[in-house]
Amino acid sequence: MATAYWCIVEDDRKGSPKKVMAEVLGEAGRLAGANVEAVWLTDKASDEGIKQLGAWGASKVWVLENAAFAPYMGEVWVPALAELVAKESPKAIFAPVTSRMREFVARLAARLGAGLSADSVALAMEGDALVATRPVYAGKLLAKMTWAKTPWIATLRPNVFKPAESAAGKSAQVEKPSVKIPAARMKLVERREEVSTGLPELTEAEIVISGGRGMKGPENYVILEDMGKVIGAAVGASRAAVDAGWRPHRFQIGQTGRTISPKLYLGFGVSGAIQHLAGMRTSKIIVAVNKDPEAPIFKIADYGIVADLFEVVPALTDEFKRLLDKS
Amino acid sequence: MKIVVAIKQVPDTATQVKIGGDPKAIDTAGITWIVSPYDEFAIEEALRLKEKRGQGEVIAVSLGPDRVKEALRSALAMGCDRAIHLNDPAWANADTLATAQALAAVIKQEQPALVLCGRQAIDDDMGAVGAQLAEVLGWPCASWIMEEAVDADAKSVRVGRQVEGGLEVFDLPLPAVLSAQKGLNEPRYPTLKGIMGAKKKEIKDVKAGDLGLTPAAPQVAVKNLEALPARPPGRVIQGEIKDAVKELVRALREDAKAI
Ligand SMILES: Cc1cc2nc3c(=O)[nH]c(=O)nc-3n(C[C@H](O)[C@H](O)[C@H](O)COP(=O)(O)OP(=O)(O)OC[C@H]3O[C@@H](n4cnc5c(N)ncnc54)[C@H](O)[C@@H]3O)c2cc1C
Ligand SMILES: Nc1ncnc2c1ncn2[C@@H]1O[C@H](COP(=O)(O)O)[C@@H](O)[C@H]1O
Repeated sequence: MATAYWCIVEDDRKGSPKKVMAEVLGEAGRLAGANVEAVWLTDKASDEGIKQLGAWGASKVWVLENAAFAPYMGEVWVPALAELVAKESPKAIFAPVTSRMREFVARLAARLGAGLSADSVALAMEGDALVATRPVYAGKLLAKMTWAKTPWIATLRPNVFKPAESAAGKSAQVEKPSVKIPAARMKLVERREEVSTGLPELTEAEIVISGGRGMKGPENYVILEDMGKVIGAAVGASRAAVDAGWRPHRFQIGQTGRTISPKLYLGFGVSGAIQHLAGMRTSKIIVAVNKDPEAPIFKIADYGIVADLFEVVPALTDEFKRLLDKS
Repeated sequence: MKIVVAIKQVPDTATQVKIGGDPKAIDTAGITWIVSPYDEFAIEEALRLKEKRGQGEVIAVSLGPDRVKEALRSALAMGCDRAIHLNDPAWANADTLATAQALAAVIKQEQPALVLCGRQAIDDDMGAVGAQLAEVLGWPCASWIMEEAVDADAKSVRVGRQVEGGLEVFDLPLPAVLSAQKGLNEPRYPTLKGIMGAKKKEIKDVKAGDLGLTPAAPQVAVKNLEALPARPPGRVIQGEIKDAVKELVRALREDAKAI
């Protein structure tokens, strides 16, 4: 009988699992108790990384380590993992939503002939069946999804699920199965790194600051970046700001940009159009600063200030600084 | 060079969606339908490829009920040469995999050098069909592409795929499946001439049987749709900016525990 819940490991490409794995393993543990296993396809897995997965609750770590797994290529990863799935028949396969996991997990589901719930925001057992909740129609509704059979395959939206506490004593059994590695037809030419802002990645950040058309111009984003440095936040933008050329597209939040779900979202000069909300509506706490009291963003904001953002932002940054210097 | 573009018809994001009498689906009364925005990037890219090479054919394919003809007509108005409509009640409950299998069957018949999809359809927001299509076809695939260039012999395509922290540039042998991310291009608007011309272009109706397919039972299904849980009522902090900011930071720390 299939009992194991597999969590596919997203890593930092330097041998360590990303923090989001605490959320995936935590949720799997909540559903499956001790039957949680991590599966790590990588070109290098560090011992500390394996330990960390154990501390987050994996009873076993399947390490598929091979130079061919970097960079991610679907045509290499999918057959390799499908071979292991065929041998081990896990009951569920979970992964965090990241650029490569999104594609990988969809392809894997197709290869296995199994169902997928992408970008899930809740998982629960109803009797013997897993039910996933996922936003649809630009986040205007939620769909409850059920599977025809196992494995239940799902990707999990970051920052939504409660992370596992790291239990230092716990350790995982390590398995290094041998699987056939198919030859890749596609070939990496280069990787173009973005100029680092020194701030966290938009989709991973626990706090996101977003600047809209109210920012008035590209030169003003520096005040948001200053705040970002103080509170460790990523700085994103609305489409109006991106289309105006003030910010590169990778910073766009919303339906045609990135979906984020931080613990805290702070919007400055963002009106809160439905397409913007689509990308940030599952944020835990929403703060809006806008000089128009009728701006739709106030309808979903937990806290709002109706004022000129150029007066609020510097004052707020100072206040954050004062608070964080104290603690 | 022959290119297939997979397009989905979806409700316009600006229109309100309501749960229908059958809670598995939305009430479609009064909905304005559009071509999913990412699919417009895919169409645009296909048209540019054809124009750049001075030859080729762009075929728009969509699976869905009768109303989908309108979306295909828009694709033809933009400049696609012909369209294929996978129109069969047997696909009414198709999940992403069944959709990918149906699209794959048409693509096998057409044998294009390239298939373009959107990164995700903005109704189900699954972002799966493109990748699953590549898997069913056994073709190389790159998702969320921001740039694309086909070599002179149409043997391979160089793409930049958006990943965390950068862009990964790959060469893929053709045929291949690509999914379009915003930023790839700026889709054109159909011209009046395009709209008139579209009326004369072919939209072929295809049934599951024509492809030798019996659609498999869906592997995932919507049990029901639900409204969003109401957010607790928000609070507008009044007063002088200096005080409002202090109160906001206090509330974020002490009440919301968000900082
Ligand atoms: C298919 C489609 C997809 C889309 N996808 C996205 C998407 O992914 N992301 C997205 O964001 N949008 C998207 N949009 C666009 C969306 O509809 C809005 O046009 C956009 O979000 C507006 O951006 P904004 O809030 O910055 O600008 P506006 O709506 O112009 O709002 C600016 C706000 O700033 C306030 N303001 C101005 N000056 C100040 C000041 N000094 N201090 C305080 N407040 C000030 C104003 O009161 C106003 O409320 C999409 C649209 C379509 C049709
Ligand atoms: N019913 C459909 N007909 C044609 N293409 C589709 C259909 N559904 C999805 N696609 C394509 O697959 C992409 C991803 O869709 P999805 O996985 O549903 O988010 C879309 O942008 C389309 O290019």
